[in-house]
Amino acid sequence: MARSGAARRPGPDDAPRRTPGAGREAVALDRVIHERVRLGIVSALAAGGELTFTELRDLLRTTDGNLSVHARRLEEAGYVSCTKAFVDRVPQTGYRLTPAGRRALERYLDHMEALIRATRAR
Amino acid sequence: MANPEPLHHRAAADLRFIRDTMERAGSFTAVPGRGQVAIGLTALVAAWVAARQATPLAWLVVWLVEAALALAIGGWAVARKARAGHTPLESRVARRFGLAFLPPLAAGALLTVPLYFAGMVRLIPGMWLLLYGTGVMTGGALSVPVVPLMGMSFAVLGAVALLGPASWSNACLAAGFGGAHIVFGTIIARRYGG
Repeated sequence: MARSGAARRPGPDDAPRRTPGAGREAVALDRVIHERVRLGIVSALAAGGELTFTELRDLLRTTDGNLSVHARRLEEAGYVSCTKAFVDRVPQTGYRLTPAGRRALERYLDHMEALIRATRAR
Repeated sequence: MANPEPLHHRAAADLRFIRDTMERAGSFTAVPGRGQVAIGLTALVAAWVAARQATPLAWLVVWLVEAALALAIGGWAVARKARAGHTPLESRVARRFGLAFLPPLAAGALLTVPLYFAGMVRLIPGMWLLLYGTGVMTGGALSVPVVPLMGMSFAVLGAVALLGPASWSNACLAAGFGGAHIVFGTIIARRYGG
């Protein structure tokens, strides 16, 4: 399967960071998983355990190239691990969520819930 | 210029997207609707034929032939729906579905032998329905919500067959393997395709 080199390396603006909030610190958005396809990959792996490239592509209804780029980005951030094997002589790529990836998803969920709670409290 | 989407709307949409993706990633969606309807129709024929048999052995043979036929139809329909939905049968969720669904069926097949030779044929229909329902419920926990409900209906019919008069057994088999398959198969085919 084609691996695109288009995925850029994580920059300093990507990592979740703490920013001063109104009298308290708020966690900034994790831009690595904020992107829709990457959020889909992380969510699917959180529920489905190890999934193949094809399973993820079909589940997220995306293209090989798009999935490849975003999966590489998550790999570089240490959020997913990738294994390559031959099944019936056919190369198969498997993806699994790392502990860091699971923590990132939990932080992201907390962040989204906090945003909704803050709006309701107004 | 269009107004930007409010943050909390985007947050709610993201949460819905995460939940939907997780549900789809963890669900086995290749349970076939039309295949179940076909199994239900053959089961109704089997129930009609079995009720006219003079000996317990002939009655058992009719249902064993039906079981083999249902297995063939079910296997073919699952493979067909899995192919159409790009859900490989060797995927993790398909394997988990199989591991949850098949052991109660294997137990039912095995128990049939000693029950028959012990002359306890009267218990076989209830045991079949109960264990098949158990398999559908446990496997259905990994599938769409209507599947566990279908399993529950089989289990209830199994209980009725076990606890009710012996004369109800064949009717329970017809209602379960025939009627429930047709009703729930139609619901699955309409709502989820296949």
